[in-house]
Amino acid sequence: MASYVAKPTPPNQDKRWKLVDATIRRQGQQARGLIETLHTVQEAFGYLDEQALRYVAMSLRVPLSRAYGVATFYHFFTLKPAGEHTCVICMGTACYIKGAPQLLDAVQKDLGIRPGETTADKKVSLLTARCLGSCGLAPAVVYDQEVAGKVSTLAVREHLKKWTVA
Amino acid sequence: MTPEELEQIAETERTAQGQFTQKVNVCVAAGCLSCQSQAVKDSLDQEVAKRGKKEHCQVKGVGCMGLCSEGPLVSTSSGVLYKKVEAGDSAAIMDSLDGKPVEKLVCRTDVPFFQRQQKIVLENSGNIDPDRIEDYVASNGYAALIKALTEMSPREVVDEVTKSGLRGRGGAGYPTGLKWSTVAKSVGTQKYVICNADEGDPGAFMDRSVLESDPHRVLEGMLIAGYAVGASEAYIYVRAEYPLAIKRLRNAIRQAERVGLLGANICGTRFSFRIDVRLGAGAFVCGEETALIASVEGKRGTPRPRPPYPAMEGLFGQPTLINNVETFANIAPIIRNGGAWYAAIGTEKSKGTKVFALAGRVENTGLVEVPMGISLREMVFEIGGGIPEGRKFKAVQTGGPSGGCLPTECLDMPVDYESLAKAGSIMGSGGMIVMDESSCMVDVAKYFMDFCMTESCGKCIPCRVGTYQMHRILTAIGNMTATPEDLKVLEQLCDLLKHTSLCGLGQSAPNPVVSTLKSFGEEYRAHIEDHKCPAGVCGVEQPVGETV
Repeated sequence: MASYVAKPTPPNQDKRWKLVDATIRRQGQQARGLIETLHTVQEAFGYLDEQALRYVAMSLRVPLSRAYGVATFYHFFTLKPAGEHTCVICMGTACYIKGAPQLLDAVQKDLGIRPGETTADKKVSLLTARCLGSCGLAPAVVYDQEVAGKVSTLAVREHLKKWTVA
Repeated sequence: MTPEELEQIAETERTAQGQFTQKVNVCVAAGCLSCQSQAVKDSLDQEVAKRGKKEHCQVKGVGCMGLCSEGPLVSTSSGVLYKKVEAGDSAAIMDSLDGKPVEKLVCRTDVPFFQRQQKIVLENSGNIDPDRIEDYVASNGYAALIKALTEMSPREVVDEVTKSGLRGRGGAGYPTGLKWSTVAKSVGTQKYVICNADEGDPGAFMDRSVLESDPHRVLEGMLIAGYAVGASEAYIYVRAEYPLAIKRLRNAIRQAERVGLLGANICGTRFSFRIDVRLGAGAFVCGEETALIASVEGKRGTPRPRPPYPAMEGLFGQPTLINNVETFANIAPIIRNGGAWYAAIGTEKSKGTKVFALAGRVENTGLVEVPMGISLREMVFEIGGGIPEGRKFKAVQTGGPSGGCLPTECLDMPVDYESLAKAGSIMGSGGMIVMDESSCMVDVAKYFMDFCMTESCGKCIPCRVGTYQMHRILTAIGNMTATPEDLKVLEQLCDLLKHTSLCGLGQSAPNPVVSTLKSFGEEYRAHIEDHKCPAGVCGVEQPVGETV
């Protein structure tokens, strides 16, 4: 008979841990629920910090190394908080041959950051995507969850200006 | 849920729909949504309400109509298709329902893009509301499941699929019937069905469209598969990057559970089935079946050597059937119309139809479903409408990072599994990207190598180190600093990766390089010997080896 291990208590009083606990319960506190739980944490908090990883690992009874391994293996998980706005440039094949590299170049120069980074004032995060599946609209850019199609260098610069000035 | 109750739902829905004399369908799949099609639908709704025509005119959000580049698309019951519709056009469209179509918005449907298609997987896309199970049931939905459960034995279902000649639509083309019978014969306490919706190929969006436009079709295919192989639990592994597809899929599962098409004792039989959604987290390698299984188990998505194949030892060590979204989407029509009907479509070895995502430098980009065996020329120049801006065709890329670039000489080749493999590419999941003379083939090869290098899981050395070295050489060629010796090493590496990598990712990673070397060798030589890029893409200032 498996010995009873008490479920750890959440790191703090934040209500969002309730969502995480719900997912953990739904997965039967089993190791197989690790990815699902990390998805919930990222959805609730925006990113995965050490405290969250420790809590999830303990609750699902997996070594911290495994939780960290999974969190760093998948591109979708991020260990750093994102900026106020995010700009995702699609680098799928269709977008690539229709000028996505030029868009990325322009944005990198304007913001002075590389993909995966956030500007010093925490205003804008720049990301690249493998493929958004909006290939009919190449090149595509996602501004804060909103997909824009057939984007020109000028258009992306204009859009970013609105974020950085405001 | 009994067959009679299902018929009742269909009847009620058909009567309800019959009351509308006019219908306006607005595409609300991701492509058109990002061109503000929701605003178009809302404004049409308001216009209908304003005119007091709510009883006669139905405005419906439907799935993908195919021609994504001209979105938002709107179709009406008078048989007219409108393109690039804006919210301000709704009054004009409402006026046109009784009279002449709105000239400036009309999209011609007598062109090859629409005429050359044959729709089986996409038969409901653009016609039904993906958020309502009733609409699916009214268009013959779940009839195949009822037929399988009440009239056929599991063995007969497998035989019917075998007879259809259907092959896996994920890329490799393994005969589906054979896979099903292997899982059916395997012994295990619990069998699983997994639907692979981790569509990672850049430039491919067929699975996303099917899930967004007709999610119940995939569920029905999985249910039939579960019955045929004796499984009672299933997972759909979807990319987290497809939020809309996930939302519609979850909604579809809830609806099917509510009416009793999922759950315990379906249709009063002993067959019980449960489907759960699992989110991917952005790893291309998880499209490989053993890596996908690891990911569903909550682990890092790394592949393992096969055998044992998942059909014997898969999820949680139990026999597991893994098929692609499009494969499952083909099942219901096969059971409904019989395997012989399906086998009559396509070529001798590749049966049925295939959905392609046509993108890149062509006039018409979007989703098309064509019978197997159609020529590439028809795909690019008739359905695709040719190359824009009067440029010259250069190559068509199929199969994503595992595929190859096919030059002009291959244009008259039929599109089927064998022909594409012979030409050095693969069918892949269905991405088809057209390139014109402004694309440099070395740059394209480098792009795909960068992809494979970043996506390599790192478990086996040939793939982890080999892709890095190949990318380094390709970057050097692009920077005009490579030597002829480098080219030789590149060719050796192609061979090495192909034969010694653990999984499909590494084995097929050299394909883009091999195929471009074969057809566009002079471009490589121009970079190395003359320090020139014929397409004018490669420059000297690109950083070496560093990627994102």
